Amino acid sequence: MNLASSLYFTGAEVGLSIVGLVLLLVSAWGGPRSARLVTILAVSALVGATLFSGHLFDLAVRETAGRAFGDLYRADTFGSFAKILIYLATIAVLMVTPRFFDQRGAYRPEYPVLMLFNAVGMGMMVSATDLMTLYIGLEMSSLASYVLASFLRNDTRSAEAGLKYFVLGALASGIILYGVSLVYGFTGSTNYEGIRAAFAIEFSTGALFGVVFVLAGLAFKVSAVPFHMWTPDVYEGAPTPVTAFFATAPKVAAMAMLVRMAMEPFAGEVDAWRQIVIFAALASIVVGALGAIGQQNLKRLLAYSSINNVGFILIGLAAATPAGVAGVMTYLAIYVAMTVGSFTALLMLRDPMGQNLETFDDIAGLSTNRPALAWCLLALMFSLAGIPPLFGFWGKFVVFQAAVQADLVALAAIGIAASVIGAFYYIKFVKVMFFDDATREVETESPIGHWIVLGLSVAIISPLGYFLTIPLGEWSAAAAASFAAAM
Amino acid sequence: MIGIEHYIVVSAILFVLGVLGIFLNRKNIIVILMAIELILLAVNINLVAFSAFLGDLVGQVFAMFVLTVAAGEAAIGLAILVIYFRGRGTIAVDDVDRLKG
Repeated sequence: MNLASSLYFTGAEVGLSIVGLVLLLVSAWGGPRSARLVTILAVSALVGATLFSGHLFDLAVRETAGRAFGDLYRADTFGSFAKILIYLATIAVLMVTPRFFDQRGAYRPEYPVLMLFNAVGMGMMVSATDLMTLYIGLEMSSLASYVLASFLRNDTRSAEAGLKYFVLGALASGIILYGVSLVYGFTGSTNYEGIRAAFAIEFSTGALFGVVFVLAGLAFKVSAVPFHMWTPDVYEGAPTPVTAFFATAPKVAAMAMLVRMAMEPFAGEVDAWRQIVIFAALASIVVGALGAIGQQNLKRLLAYSSINNVGFILIGLAAATPAGVAGVMTYLAIYVAMTVGSFTALLMLRDPMGQNLETFDDIAGLSTNRPALAWCLLALMFSLAGIPPLFGFWGKFVVFQAAVQADLVALAAIGIAASVIGAFYYIKFVKVMFFDDATREVETESPIGHWIVLGLSVAIISPLGYFLTIPLGEWSAAAAASFAAAM
Repeated sequence: MIGIEHYIVVSAILFVLGVLGIFLNRKNIIVILMAIELILLAVNINLVAFSAFLGDLVGQVFAMFVLTVAAGEAAIGLAILVIYFRGRGTIAVDDVDRLKG
């Protein structure tokens, strides 16, 4: 285990960090004029990182997972798969961002740089196999996120979103850290394998406290109920492209980190954490579905929708089997496509003055003004609701299947029943677009970049997506196989 | 003789004080930042005490990381607080209410 191989396995992070630092210098020298250039370079770096992660995924499938820096970090199939999703989501968000800020004259080159550092942190989170790397990755991603949330400095709502996100995010980090310190104290190790070995010998009450604290903090990061209260406020107040980012990449990273924690260091203590995960899953599904009903603001609505989706993803984790982990990864991939698509469509909704529209009143009668956009949104909403011909159904199907196989029939049944409540507001969305009278004028043209991102995500979630079931299933199964030794 | 349990109790008390400081505080946001620092310091006491007790250096290395990150976190928190104050002219907790649903 020498330095060269360590650097090779962490290549995506090392590369992105270097590019990020260079671009930071470029933006310091070039000022706001360099924003476009920095964005393009950041996107190219992320494309490179995606390809490299694909290569590492392939390598880990054929040979064994690469361990770097004394097993602080592992380049296995699970981490690489999650990283590919994270990088792709970041690229999609960077592509649709500049126009939103340009209209306010607020696009600055620091934005793509912060996104890059955020991506580095998320990559470390999903590949960390030591509590120390995990903490550094988590903070790196969180600190960049706080700044991104308050990026529209002159908008009081954006500043307030940043403030709320900061306070609650820092509290969550503190809770995770307190749990980590207890786990370290009662096992004498911060390494995942060391922790598992120590737990196998003795699982004391103090260690149980540590596990519960860590899980509670992670539930905060994935915005699972009962730690979801920041989500609607932050999603509403943050600039829309940043909201699109929060709903996708950091959620994948936090969820992957949660799965790795549950399946590696805590794999022997399934009984200790399963009840917590089941409770969080059911509560998220129900609160996500009920909370969305009265919302007028579409970003708030999508925030509740993401809480709801997190609940379904946690059902896969509650199964605690390879099939469950594979279901989580499949669901995450489909979820990213759906969410990126929904937020891109939201970004394309502008009045003729270029102001972004974000309430139900604004989308009334959209099918007459913007038929193509309305049909795309219809597909996305039906997919989020999990209605069969669309691909969103497949994600729900695999997690429920995993839950039933793990004898969690009641959990699956309640989840399915609650998803019917959730369908209400997705269908309301469609009803308002297609059957209400138009009250607002909307801009009729959208730039090609937005259409590309929207078109791709709609193509994935359309029935065409079922061509992906086999490769996606194989990749997810390969990712879940990373934990084969632990189960 | 002061044993490991004394350290754990002190750190638990500090942690609870920090969490209560965030939730019960109705005055201003600076106090919340202080409460966050208190939580991180509680963690550091834990880490260092366990490290000494176990005779294992990892906990102390971890504590250094926590200190460093806490400094960065406080800097970013204060920066966000400044832009918030510029827009609103207040940092009272009760006034943080633009976003409600």
